[in-house]
Amino acid sequence: MDSNRKQNNELKSHVISTLVENKPGVLQKVSSLFTRRGFNIESITVGESETKGLAAMVIISKGDEKVLEQITKQLNKLIDVVKVVDLDPNNSVKRELALIKVKTNNEQSRSEIIQHANIFRGKIIDMGPSTLTIEITGDPNKINALISLLINFGIKKIVRTGPTAIARETIL
Amino acid sequence: MKGGEAIIKALIEQGADTVFGYPGGQVLPLYDMIYNSDLNHVLVRHEQSASHAADGFARASGKVGVCIATSGPGATNLVTGIATAYMDSSPVVAITGQVPTHLIGNDAFQEVDMLGIAMPITKHAFQPKNSTNIPAIINSSFEIAKSGRPGPVVIDVPKNVQEQDLDDDIANLDSFSKLSFNTPGYNPTIKGNPRQVKKASKIIAKSSKPIILAGGGVIISGASKELKEFSELIQAPVTTTLLGKGSFPEDNDAYLGMLGMHGRKVANLSLDESDCLIAIGCRFSDRTTGNIADFARNSEVIHIDIDPAEIGKNVEVDVPIVGDAKNILNSLINNIKSLNINKINENSAEWYNDTLMFKKSCIPRVTYNETPLKPQQVIKEISNALDDDSIITTDVGQHQMWAAHFFNTMKPRKFISSGGLGTMGFGFPSAIGAKVAMPENDVLAVTGDGGFLMVCQDLATVKDYDIPLIICLFNNRKLGMVYQWQNLFYENRLSHTDLGQTPDFLKLSESFGVNAERITKVGETEKAIKAAKKDGEAILLDIVIDKDEELPMVPPGCGITDIIGEYKIENDITGISGGLSDTNDVIANKKDGD
Repeated sequence: MDSNRKQNNELKSHVISTLVENKPGVLQKVSSLFTRRGFNIESITVGESETKGLAAMVIISKGDEKVLEQITKQLNKLIDVVKVVDLDPNNSVKRELALIKVKTNNEQSRSEIIQHANIFRGKIIDMGPSTLTIEITGDPNKINALISLLINFGIKKIVRTGPTAIARETIL
Repeated sequence: MKGGEAIIKALIEQGADTVFGYPGGQVLPLYDMIYNSDLNHVLVRHEQSASHAADGFARASGKVGVCIATSGPGATNLVTGIATAYMDSSPVVAITGQVPTHLIGNDAFQEVDMLGIAMPITKHAFQPKNSTNIPAIINSSFEIAKSGRPGPVVIDVPKNVQEQDLDDDIANLDSFSKLSFNTPGYNPTIKGNPRQVKKASKIIAKSSKPIILAGGGVIISGASKELKEFSELIQAPVTTTLLGKGSFPEDNDAYLGMLGMHGRKVANLSLDESDCLIAIGCRFSDRTTGNIADFARNSEVIHIDIDPAEIGKNVEVDVPIVGDAKNILNSLINNIKSLNINKINENSAEWYNDTLMFKKSCIPRVTYNETPLKPQQVIKEISNALDDDSIITTDVGQHQMWAAHFFNTMKPRKFISSGGLGTMGFGFPSAIGAKVAMPENDVLAVTGDGGFLMVCQDLATVKDYDIPLIICLFNNRKLGMVYQWQNLFYENRLSHTDLGQTPDFLKLSESFGVNAERITKVGETEKAIKAAKKDGEAILLDIVIDKDEELPMVPPGCGITDIIGEYKIENDITGISGGLSDTNDVIANKKDGD
């Protein structure tokens, strides 16, 4: 009866890890599926996987249980999609890469920025007369925290990859 | 061997001896190869007809339908038919030409991104960049189109690839049939999960008001025999979706008629009252369910479908079973037989009898003597003139619903209609495809004046290939269904639905060399169809019907019990004593339940 069919309507952010065929047009197929069905994409990252010919695509999406179920099912329906896993946030690691170009107005600000970057385990990967570029990886929140510190110095440009994720080795 | 030749060889090896197509610049190499081949090519007069005909061919025969068009406008003209096939899960392979590879992306003459266009309306799309891949691509396309949940596949072949020589090791193969692509992401589930089957059996066994909803999936999997056995075993009445029509013999007592927006009252009300809904091979379209919140509100829902994505998409389900309908029905039957079947039948006996009595009391009237002709009477005459093996196809609109209600379909693949996409213009060309596929069966297209005008140029095809179709054109000088909606929901503001000066369909037909006859009186339709069957030539019957006849319906957004309008009841049947009062009780009970 109805009570049996009640589902959890809480909106949650999900990390969907997929293995897709590494062919042109597959990213478009996946992303257009999201658009057409009205699912939301917070971020999407793709890169080669451990298997030749297959790419790993990590999609972050927000939705309730029903939406997530549809996302996985509809993704699975695509012939180019080989595998779909909804990663358990408690048992997976998630990282994002950001490159941040910050203004360095004077020697003092330059050393302060380097200090901040070190605290966040960022790396200085480029330096010019008036800017510093920091590479940082980590949880998206950590990156946000660094950005909020750097904002006072004046940020010239930020590029972020969006999170990618992997399941931990199952602990028995 | 060149790419074009490889296409033909692979098609023939796949059993596709007939293709519907229209040539053009970017398929010239392929057509040059067709010129001397064994392929039976039907030249349609518009690419849209090619895709609809391939679809009709597929639905009537259960085989894969094939259509061919050139690049650009040729390809885009196929789109409506491809989308129609996609919505109704029909296996169609569409081959389109494409500009040569070195011009792709340059906005070359007649270039369109067919792969991009095909993406949301196909099961899969291929674009061979090398002729050596063609045999594997054709084989994989057929496999994908017909297996699992069937659907259309597009193969977009650049012109130079059609001309290119295949590598010798492939070209010299006697047979291409073993070549295919590795598609690790594609493995449809066929067998139902035994645990779920057991769970479903238990629910069915304890239910006292079970009902079966059969969809097009039952027809696709060839599970009609199993459906009948299952319904008899558990004593459950059967309702169908539009595409499920024919999955269950419609003269059977247990058949309640079609469900949904234009469904039969007995089907809609019974489903609402049931306590266990067994839905097989249907996708719970909004036209079937009405307002989801009110759908099957008293039932536990068992949903059987080969496409896992259909389960839980629209209606939340208690027991999902993914797999092929035939396979799962067999397991269910075996499982239930092992339970106490007498007890099961005892549980549902009262419900079963009440429902059948209710059905008898509200059989819509089909016999009319008046002029202008009532569409119900016309469909009755069509039924009388045809046998159980005859195929009818329909367009979309009022005539489609009249046909769905009053044409008794006794066997699967005999009622062909555009359900999901609701494509006007589908009826006539799909009938061409059906007749080409099944030349031994009588094929009759039920169409409207609106839909027929969208595709009437294919009368030329009918004449050219001597295809003996019977076209029943329900002529009410307007776009009946839209007109009805404007009348009901837009304060009768009849914006552009009156077709005004429609052509003289007799002259139109005759100008193509196709016989035609105008029907205005009772009895003439039946007579004309019988004569046409004997005659063995195509004929168009311009049937002038009562333009004020409207359909009972459920307004959009309402629950399926909120039916407005009502069919007149067939008097001679409601004469059974006690029948009516029982019915009133049933209706009263149902109202109490609201």
